[in-house]
Amino acid sequence: MFLLYHLWLIPALPLAGAAINGIFGRRWPHKAINTVALGSTALSFLAVLELFREFRTLPASSIPWIRSYFPWIAAGDFRADYALQIDQLTIVMLLVVTGVGFLIHIYSTGYMAHDGGYARFFAYLNLFMFFMLTLVSAANYVLLFVGWEGVGLCSYLLIGFWFLKKSATDAGNKAFWVNRVGDFGFLLGMFLIFRTFGTLDFTRVLPAAANSPADAPGQFGTFTWIALCLLVGACGKSAQLPLYVWLPDAMEGPTPVSALIHAATMVTAGVYVVARSSAIFIHSPVALTFVAVIGCATAFFAATIGLVQTDIKKVLAYSTISQLGYMFLACGVGAFSAGIFHLMTHAFFKALLFLAAGSVIHAMGDEQDMRKMGGLRKKIPITFWTMLIATLAITGVPGFSGFFSKDAILSAAYLSPYGGKVLWAFGALTVLLTSFYMFRLIFLTFYGKPQYDERKVHVHESPRNMTIPLIILAVLSIVGGWQAAPALWGGENHFEKFLAPVFAAAGASAEPSTPAMDTRTTEQQLTIAAFVLAAIGFFVAWWLVIRSKDARQKLAASLSGLYKLLVGKYFIDELYRAVVVRPLVWTSRNVLWHTIDEGMIDGTVNGVARVTRNTGDILRYVESGNTRSYATWIVLGAVIFTFALLYLAVRG
Amino acid sequence: MTQSHLLTVLIFLPAAGSLALLLLRSDDQIWLRRLALTISLAELALSSLLLVGFDRANALYQFEEMYNWISQPAIHYHLGVDGISLFLVLLTTLLTPISVAASWNSVHDRMKGFFVSLLILETGVIGVFLALDLFLFFLFWEVMLIPMYFLIGLWGHERRIYAALKFILYTMLGSILMLLGIIWLFNVSGSFDLPAIQAAIQSGRIAFPPNTELLLFGAFFLAFAIKVPLFPLHTWLPDAHTEAPTAGSIMLAGVLLKMGTYGMLRFCLPLFPHAAQQLAPLIAALAIIGILYGALVSLVQTNLKRLVAYSSVSHLGFVVLGIFAFTPTAVQGALYQMLNHGISTGALFLLVGMLYDRRHTFEIAEFGGLATPMPVYAAFFLFVSLSSLGLPVLNGFVGEFLILNGTFQKHALWAGFAAVGVIFSALYLLWAYQRVFYGPVTADKNRSLADASVRERSLLWVVAAFILFMGVASPLITGRTESTVRNVLDQVQQTPNPNAPVLAQHSFFDRLKLAAFSHHDREAAR
Repeated sequence: MFLLYHLWLIPALPLAGAAINGIFGRRWPHKAINTVALGSTALSFLAVLELFREFRTLPASSIPWIRSYFPWIAAGDFRADYALQIDQLTIVMLLVVTGVGFLIHIYSTGYMAHDGGYARFFAYLNLFMFFMLTLVSAANYVLLFVGWEGVGLCSYLLIGFWFLKKSATDAGNKAFWVNRVGDFGFLLGMFLIFRTFGTLDFTRVLPAAANSPADAPGQFGTFTWIALCLLVGACGKSAQLPLYVWLPDAMEGPTPVSALIHAATMVTAGVYVVARSSAIFIHSPVALTFVAVIGCATAFFAATIGLVQTDIKKVLAYSTISQLGYMFLACGVGAFSAGIFHLMTHAFFKALLFLAAGSVIHAMGDEQDMRKMGGLRKKIPITFWTMLIATLAITGVPGFSGFFSKDAILSAAYLSPYGGKVLWAFGALTVLLTSFYMFRLIFLTFYGKPQYDERKVHVHESPRNMTIPLIILAVLSIVGGWQAAPALWGGENHFEKFLAPVFAAAGASAEPSTPAMDTRTTEQQLTIAAFVLAAIGFFVAWWLVIRSKDARQKLAASLSGLYKLLVGKYFIDELYRAVVVRPLVWTSRNVLWHTIDEGMIDGTVNGVARVTRNTGDILRYVESGNTRSYATWIVLGAVIFTFALLYLAVRG
Repeated sequence: MTQSHLLTVLIFLPAAGSLALLLLRSDDQIWLRRLALTISLAELALSSLLLVGFDRANALYQFEEMYNWISQPAIHYHLGVDGISLFLVLLTTLLTPISVAASWNSVHDRMKGFFVSLLILETGVIGVFLALDLFLFFLFWEVMLIPMYFLIGLWGHERRIYAALKFILYTMLGSILMLLGIIWLFNVSGSFDLPAIQAAIQSGRIAFPPNTELLLFGAFFLAFAIKVPLFPLHTWLPDAHTEAPTAGSIMLAGVLLKMGTYGMLRFCLPLFPHAAQQLAPLIAALAIIGILYGALVSLVQTNLKRLVAYSSVSHLGFVVLGIFAFTPTAVQGALYQMLNHGISTGALFLLVGMLYDRRHTFEIAEFGGLATPMPVYAAFFLFVSLSSLGLPVLNGFVGEFLILNGTFQKHALWAGFAAVGVIFSALYLLWAYQRVFYGPVTADKNRSLADASVRERSLLWVVAAFILFMGVASPLITGRTESTVRNVLDQVQQTPNPNAPVLAQHSFFDRLKLAAFSHHDREAAR
């Protein structure tokens, strides 16, 4: 039971790695850096496995299992401890973060091998692991916020990793700033929780919330306000409408970062918070609707932009936003465990997609434009096959992991009391779009004739430290969903059953866990419909990319307005720049600084001073132009004045 | 009870040390700075005795010293330390040796006078924090002005005369108001002794007519508000900061501004509780404007030092807001934020000064790409910026969180508006950071800049250690300020007030709060 009592070890290991590499790594050979960085992450992963084993021996009554180490903030009536908490939800998150994290660490030793900032990179990556593990194992909202802001910091550092590039540091700033807007909401949410419940500890807030009467439908009660504030934070971190704008730009970072932070782990933190706070969300129909609608809209919206992107990483970025939308949709219809399930499968296949894309970029000598690729299938077979598997998983081909999780979400969207046909329809339509942009990516990259100069670009398969993580993730992308497989034949969804205590305690079991016969038929029909849509997407992609390239041009020409809108990403960045950024800077500079500060306030002060000085001209003989004598006069004057007043006062 | 003389020693050791400095030859620069550093370090070591002997359960003054000084009118030499002043004294004794070390190679001209000024400044500031007699307080308040004036005016940058005069005129205006207040108060109470007046007011033996209390409050408050500075009384600050030498900026931002917020906590709240409560919404509004305004003006500065100066207006706005929210959490946060700001902004000025030592400019446009020639320096700069923008596990977060959370519990809207400042602080700091450190090196002069030296590194490690320590171990500090803060708030809330009706505060969220949240549920939640 060692680890149950020493939970702190799990985040502390990568923290130690970050500190060692950050302080000493600059002068070390790669081998030493690898030992520290990979060693600490591997130990952390093994610790989580051992923790999982120990956790299974715990009786249900001692879950959530909490270890409180020492007080962090204690002032007035507020108190927050360094306290970690383990329950089923945290176990899932820990496994995903350390498991996928470790694989990406391995991959990075290959991908970053020739980078000058090798030690810095791994220090940041380990630091990220520390904050992410803190985030998912914190036992109160404030400590969670430590991880929350901390992963944001690492994201900022890693997006701007190549800091000589302006576009990279711009993207880093944008990510931090947009996330700060979200954090503003998160902070207010915390204040409101504290005001309502008098504490920020999960074990006291969540049961109290679960036992309180819910807000009525349509009512903006306390639960709704709390949930909406937290949702603002979640939308920032998980790149949902309208705060998603930072994630596409975040692709400026090295590709392993995109895989780890901007696909598999950090961006799912928003989903985690919503699921963690399910007791609050489930008590507010209004907030749930917001979550579902935002998720569904984001899923569809981002997928449409993904249709026309030509940068391989940008396609995957919009795809990530879209898939995160699915997770929000799941939470919004009360199917929290389906949301977390998709979070996990997505971590596998999206990490794989990014890493494979990195392998492609690596092979092409840093080319990211898919129009300049083509025909790579035979030249980099491992990359091709693993990427294909991930594509099959994300499009929801039966048997692959994504199939089970997406199916769970779509049927919940349709059947849940919080769901509806419209939510399902947009979710299903997104399946078609997903299938299209993913197969478009596959066809453009791996099929057809090479669109690059074969004499200049020597395409080569990546080294083993990059391909092995690809293969492992490919296996996970297939089997990662099988815990839910028996549900297809009327059996038990093991994943859902594992998580059930977390959400049952919250009073959040909206999912029809043992469906009646007629809902089973509906479910099967929904599954078939989704698969048909995916097949259509595949076919259209094949038609437009492989079969008839003219059709592609014609389609783009005939829908040129729409096409321009999509290529321009709906011009949201331009809109924000025009409506928020420019006015803010302009007002600050011209109104606040030059007009109010310099003109009005200082103008008044200097005006008064001028009048005084003119009066003082009479006393010109004391003006010697010497600083010291000015000061002497002032001080002398003050002292005389002081004592004169004092004298008068005492006499009077 | 035998009196301890620790406080007297703490106040006058630097002044005595400056006399010793005067004995050295003016051109003996090596020993001048060594002696100055030794004195300030001795002071730091001595002040740590306060921490050892301090009783955290005691809300009242400790280490008290009381002697009759002038019998008619009765003026006492009365000193004492409590939870409010304890860490401010320690902050002063910490920042002084840092300031000395920061000036190691940057001040050569009239070095003796420089260090003498710095040490006398320390005496004045510590005297302000420890004096319990209003007359004595005022004396130290004025004493502190003179060396600061010289530091800016003699060792400052191009527009130093303008800045020094502006600084002194602004402050003198406040001083005169405060002096009038002190005398008026003496006429009413017959005493300069703060604890005595406090006791009289609390017991109801002295009750001001409402208008008198408002005026008295106003006299004290304005003096302190100028010092803080509270919007719109802040325009002396960017000039003074920008023109002051590095050590001057560190002391100015680090401790002198705190004298304003200290004064509010020490005098305005306990002596004039009703006026304080009555004017709290107005003051909070100014504080919130200051938070947002300071941050936005900071955002568009082209001069790095001015940017840091305006950020002080924003940060101190948080402190004032916390004080006038009147909840234990918020006031504790305000006190904590005073220390944070001293360390973080002091560190920012230290860093900016190091850049000035190399390039003799503060213009952001002159830099760019400095992370390449100066990676260690760049890392420290980022660390301090993160502390200043309130990243959790660093000190700034604890203060801001306590202030905002404490304020929210009574005034949700105030906290809501103020929290926008959290977004803005990330804007101006990271944008400036990008322009100074990222990208390729654009100017040739910057290509071969030396990274932080051993002396600079050691200073930065010290500061960074405090930043991290205060971010992760706050109860070690807040545990010692708690009882005093509660005591002050009790005085604010319990002082009898026959004149004014109690102002009811009903905020937005109070009205929204559901009837469904029965008493029973809330108890269960606890």
